[in-house]
Amino acid sequence: MPDATFPSETASQPSAQKARRITIDPVTRLEGHGKIEVFLDDAGEVDRAYFQVPELRGFEKFVQGRPVEDMPQITSRICGVCPMAHHMAATKALDAVYHVVVPETARKIRELAYSTFMVEDHSLHFYYLGGPDFIVGPDAPAAQRNILGVIQAVGLEKAKQVISMRRRLRELLALVAGKAIHPVFGLPGGVAKRFTREMQSRFQEVAEDAVVFATSTLRLLDDVVLGRRDYLDLITSPSYTHRTFYMGLVDANNQVNFYDGQIRLVTPQGKEWKKFAAAEYASVIAEHVEPWSYAKFCFLKPLGWKGFTDGDDTSIYSVAPLARLNAADGMATPLAQQEYQRYFTVLGKPVHHTLANHWARLIEMLYAAERMRELAADDQLLDPDYRVLPTATPTEGVGVVEAPRGTLIHHYQTDERGLVQKANLIVATQNNAARMAMSVEKAAKGLIHRGEVPEGVLNKIEMAFRAYDPCDACATHAQPGAMPLILTVRNRKGQSVASLTLGADGHIVKILR
Amino acid sequence: MHEKPKIAFYWCASCGGCEEAVIDLAEEILDVVAAADIVFWPVALDFKRHDVERMPRASILATFLNGAIRTSEQEEMAKLLREKSTYLIAFGSCSHIGGVPGLANFFTRQSILQQVYLDAPTTENPNHVLPETNGRDGNRALSLPNFSEQVRSLDQVVDVDYYLPGCPPLPKIITAAASALLNGQLPEKGSVLAPDQALCTECSRKDSKPDKIAIKQFRRPQEVVIDETQCLLAQGLLCLGPATRAGCEAPCIQGNMPCTGCCGAPGRVRDQGAKALSAIASLIDSRDEAEIDQILATIPDPAGTFYRYSLPASLLHARRGV
Repeated sequence: MPDATFPSETASQPSAQKARRITIDPVTRLEGHGKIEVFLDDAGEVDRAYFQVPELRGFEKFVQGRPVEDMPQITSRICGVCPMAHHMAATKALDAVYHVVVPETARKIRELAYSTFMVEDHSLHFYYLGGPDFIVGPDAPAAQRNILGVIQAVGLEKAKQVISMRRRLRELLALVAGKAIHPVFGLPGGVAKRFTREMQSRFQEVAEDAVVFATSTLRLLDDVVLGRRDYLDLITSPSYTHRTFYMGLVDANNQVNFYDGQIRLVTPQGKEWKKFAAAEYASVIAEHVEPWSYAKFCFLKPLGWKGFTDGDDTSIYSVAPLARLNAADGMATPLAQQEYQRYFTVLGKPVHHTLANHWARLIEMLYAAERMRELAADDQLLDPDYRVLPTATPTEGVGVVEAPRGTLIHHYQTDERGLVQKANLIVATQNNAARMAMSVEKAAKGLIHRGEVPEGVLNKIEMAFRAYDPCDACATHAQPGAMPLILTVRNRKGQSVASLTLGADGHIVKILR
Repeated sequence: MHEKPKIAFYWCASCGGCEEAVIDLAEEILDVVAAADIVFWPVALDFKRHDVERMPRASILATFLNGAIRTSEQEEMAKLLREKSTYLIAFGSCSHIGGVPGLANFFTRQSILQQVYLDAPTTENPNHVLPETNGRDGNRALSLPNFSEQVRSLDQVVDVDYYLPGCPPLPKIITAAASALLNGQLPEKGSVLAPDQALCTECSRKDSKPDKIAIKQFRRPQEVVIDETQCLLAQGLLCLGPATRAGCEAPCIQGNMPCTGCCGAPGRVRDQGAKALSAIASLIDSRDEAEIDQILATIPDPAGTFYRYSLPASLLHARRGV
């Protein structure tokens, strides 16, 4: 497909073997920050590319000494985009820490809130963050490749529907959880606030519209992406394809579940490899440290760290929508199940194409909307057992949910007063860190040859990891801050001769060094 | 044609919640776009740092900067945006007073690295590898920014004109600030753009707050069924409303949980934690020293509770060697 504008007045034609430095600063439309280094060999081919996370905040350390019941509110500050995910994983860990069985009413209130959150978060990604690459186009000028461009492309009426849908969903979150950004309702044994008939009718009304909204978003995807051969070719191209293990929560029928269940892992061939309860996570998941990134790289502990390799001999796994659909046998609601079948009919199973995450995400959005509708209709929400008071001495516990960006595990140990002694977090984006690093390298290898950095490469490399909906704010929970992504290409001696960056008008500007 | 004023949004050490707070303006964001040009906003728009560097000095009317400052890169961006902006506005708790990640100042840099890369139960690190500012992989040099000793609030790094409090600031606070800015009705420099009074004054439960609260024992939320209509302090829950600035309309309390103090203290209080501690201590129903100690002992983590958001901006700044 045609590449982005590359104005001749600012960029001279690169000669072979010329080392170049490309700066994408900051990488945009993702939550958090990252950095890419590309090294070329003598022939100007890509030798290695590194995806680096350059920040650290240290949550696992500074939660030590805090009252464990504050963890849902403290850890939500890991990520303000998916605060409900951290809040809920923490709340479920509290249930385990206090050895309390959550009453059915409380469980349903929590899952209803969680489903509402999944609809709005997935819609945020599609329309505001990742979607503009397709709806506006990967080669559109930078100034249009955003929500404002989406508004132009889909029309103001549709755009207003999107904005109003998200607003209404988030109003519901505030209603049930206090605040949409940094909820307060999670307690060991239930939720802080009773669910009322008035709340129920508002949830029911919005849930109906959410199902329609999710369905129409899938049709929009059909129109603007799946109907186009060039986009389908891009999605299925080798540059965006990796064969790894896939992980996700499933219910008793092996269907996708966001709130609870067992963690299921399937092989690169799509066969079940392990199914385990969250409390056993440490026997399956391990984290590898590299000196060049603050983020740790998750891998499958029984297989050992085998480096950044995919295929049959990999120990790397992936999470998030693509992985969740691969790791399950189906969806638990009828409309989403139809879409699930169509998706695998078109792409085969398992799907290894990273960019298919965008499609999988919308199928999940429809499931979440249908699940929201089911739960909102349930009168058990109104029962008085929205919480039980824990009586046991707090000890240790693990909580798991499927965050929008993948499996999220919180693990706490406390003293007998319920003060945190130790905390360990396996965060959604971190599960994907190794595969994302490979995706960035593969995209660079597919796009950069003979030392030449072709037109359009900047956004296409960004697309390689934007598809994961990566949340570097989450991946850097271990860390202190945020930083923009820089893409640098160096020759074998580590020299860089020129720098490229995107101008406000979407033109690539070259800076001579 | 009259040129529209330019505004920018940027994030430093933050969670992204402040960005969501702007997106949560929902339909009103279209009014903002109509009234001003957004010239820089990495989460949503593809403009880059280079674009900012090319802008003339003070050419941006206002930059809303969220997140605390921990790395050299964040400090550089804060200085760059300071230079390019007429007004620099600290947006949200982290930028205003340090925020939740500021709790890291209770610990040394070394102990954080030790925990994350060596002690974490799932970490497999037989060679004790730590991230390095001048790291290598084979013959390839791979640098990382330095992980500094402390988290700082924005005004500990550059001159700040105004503060928007909250974790995150609520839409009403944001739109009021935007309108004051665009209409040239800004208050005195250094002001916090929210009502200068305690949260209790706008709490939906204020009528149930007794004239004199007398606390014999503080209760943790998991220990009691919380009444949904009564003042939380009167129920013995540690609500920081009396020591916290108003403006948010108390959504946490509407969620039936206590205020944790994200908007900072009202007035020109230098140290929010000290203010909160004295406000809470005045409610203790005892004159007997031993009993007072006993009652205070029912607050399990006073430092982490009273300085939940404000440790970097406090007189303590940081406590070392823990």
